[in-house]
Amino acid sequence: MDIKAYIALSLVLFTIGIVGVLVRRNAIIIFLCVELMLNAVNLLLVAFSKMHALSPAAKASANFAGDAQIFVFFIMVVAAAEVSVGLAIIVMMFRNVHTVDINFLNRLKN
Amino acid sequence: MNAIIISAIWGVLLMFSGAFLKNKSIPKYLALFGAVLALSSTCLEMKTGHSFFSFPVFDMIKTDAFNLLFIDVIFFIMVIYFLLNADEISKVGQHVAEYYALIFFILSGIAIAATFNTLLMLFIGIEIISIPLYILTGSDKRNLKSNEAALKYFLMGAFSTGIMLMGIALVYGGNPNASFYIDKIDMGHGQMPVFIAMGLVFMLVSMSFKVSAAPFHFWTPDVYDGAPTVFTSFMSTVVKAAGFFAFLRLFENAFGSMHNQWQTMVAWITFATLMIGNITAVFQQSVKRMLAYSSIAQAGFMMLAVFALNVKAKEGILLYTAAYSLATIGIFGVLSKMQDYTIDGFNGLGKTKPLMALAATIFLLSLTGIPLTAGFQSKFFLLISAVENGNHIWLVIAAVLFAAISAYYYFRIIQAMYFKSPESEEQIVYPVSIGHTFMLLVIATLILVIGIYPELVIGWMYR
Repeated sequence: MDIKAYIALSLVLFTIGIVGVLVRRNAIIIFLCVELMLNAVNLLLVAFSKMHALSPAAKASANFAGDAQIFVFFIMVVAAAEVSVGLAIIVMMFRNVHTVDINFLNRLKN
Repeated sequence: MNAIIISAIWGVLLMFSGAFLKNKSIPKYLALFGAVLALSSTCLEMKTGHSFFSFPVFDMIKTDAFNLLFIDVIFFIMVIYFLLNADEISKVGQHVAEYYALIFFILSGIAIAATFNTLLMLFIGIEIISIPLYILTGSDKRNLKSNEAALKYFLMGAFSTGIMLMGIALVYGGNPNASFYIDKIDMGHGQMPVFIAMGLVFMLVSMSFKVSAAPFHFWTPDVYDGAPTVFTSFMSTVVKAAGFFAFLRLFENAFGSMHNQWQTMVAWITFATLMIGNITAVFQQSVKRMLAYSSIAQAGFMMLAVFALNVKAKEGILLYTAAYSLATIGIFGVLSKMQDYTIDGFNGLGKTKPLMALAATIFLLSLTGIPLTAGFQSKFFLLISAVENGNHIWLVIAAVLFAAISAYYYFRIIQAMYFKSPESEEQIVYPVSIGHTFMLLVIATLILVIGIYPELVIGWMYR
C-alpha cells in the first residue's frame, strides 16, 4: 500500500483530535481527544520509519535503524505518565465541584 | 550531564526523605544542598570538560560552554529561590518534601532541554518539565482556583505536546537522512521540503504555547493567577527561561539554515506578544495577574533572541534569564508577604517596611529596564542583536515603545508604595523575618551589580 494512505489516515485522526479538544466541554473527552492526537502521531512515525527504511539511501547504508519506532515507545510512556497526573487532577476537580464540565472553570476570569 | 543526573537522584532522595524522616525542616536544607551541589559540579564540568558520569549517550546530549553556563545560571537562581522561599513552600501544604522533589525533577528536565541534541531528547526534556509542573500548580488542593489552574494548564499542555509531536513526526518524514539528530536535518536548498515546512510551523506553534507567546498565551494569566504564589514565581521565571533556551537551540541548530524563510513569522509572533502582554497588563488591578501579563510581555523580549539568532542573542538570553528571573522572584517574594494582592494593597509600604519597599523598587526598575539595573543590560543586548540581524527594524522600534508602556504599570506599584497612604491603620503585611528582608536586599544588590558589570554573567562563556 502507498504511504499516502497512512499519512492521510493519521492526519484525519489528528484533525479529529484537535477539533474534539476545541469543541467538546467535558474534561475527560478533551483528554481522550489529546490521546487520539498522540496516537495519530505514533501511526505517522511508524509509517515514516518504514518509508525511510525502503528508500534507496537506506539500502546503501547498514546503519538505518528504526529510530522512529523507538520514539513511539517513548511517546507511549510519556502519555501514560500524563494520564496518571491528568486523571488525578480531574478527580481532584470533581471532588470539589462535582462536575467535569469545563464551563464551570470561570472563577479566575474576574 | 552532571546537572541532569544529580538533580534526578536528588529528586528521588527528597521523596524518600519525606517518607522516612519526620522532621519537616530537613527537606529544605537537603534541597538547598542539592542545588549548590548541582551548581558546583556543573561549574567543574565547564572548567575541566568532563562529567562525573561518563556513559555513552551517542551524542543525544551535547554540552558546550553556552548551555553549561545556562544551567549554571539556572541553578544559581534556584539557590537564591530556595533561600528566599523556603518558608513559603512549607506553607503551601502538608507534603513539603514532595514539592521539593518535583522541583528537582523539573530541574533535571530543564538540564535535558538545555543540552538536547535530538528531537527525542527535546520531547523528553519538555515533558519532564511539564508533568511535575501540573502537579505543583494544583498543589493547593482545597483551593478551587488552584484546581482550575491545574486542569487548564494540564489540558493546554497536553494539547501543545500533541502538536509538538506532530511537528517532530513531519520533520522526520521530510528529512531524507531519516534522523532525529538536530544537526542532521537536511533542509534542502532554496525551497524547504513541504513536510519539514509543515513540521516547522507545528513546532513553532507548540513552543510558543510552552513559553506563552501570543497568540498562544491565553492560558498564562489564569494559570499564573491560580497557582500558589511561590510556584508561580518558579514557573514564570526558571521554567519559562528554559523553554526559551530550548526554543532558541532548536531553531538555531535544526532550522537555522532556513532562517530567512521563517523569520517573518517569528517577527509577527514577537510583535503580538509584546503588544498583548503590555497593553493588557495596564488594565489589571491584581498585582499577581499584572505580573502574569508582564511575564507575557517579557517573553516578547526574549522572542527577539529567537528572531535574531546571533552571538549577541545568545549573550542576551543568558543575561535576560538572570535579570528577569532575579527581579521576578524578588517581586513575588515581596508579594507573597502582602495580605492584599491588589495594587492598593501596596499603599504606604514605603513607610511601614522601608527596606522591603526599596528592594521592590529596584526589582520593578529592573523589570522596566532602567539603566544601572540588570534589566536594562539584558534588554539592550537583545535589541542590539535584533539590530545586528538587519531585517525588520520596525520590530526594534516597537519593542522600545512597548518597554516605555511597561513603565506605566510597573511604576504604579512604586507610586502606591511611596506616595499613597494606606486606607486603614491596620497591618498590611504578614510578619516578615529579618532573613527574608536580607535575601531581598541581596537580590537587589545582585541586580545592580549585573547591571553595572554584565560580563560577570556572559564572560564565563569565553573562558
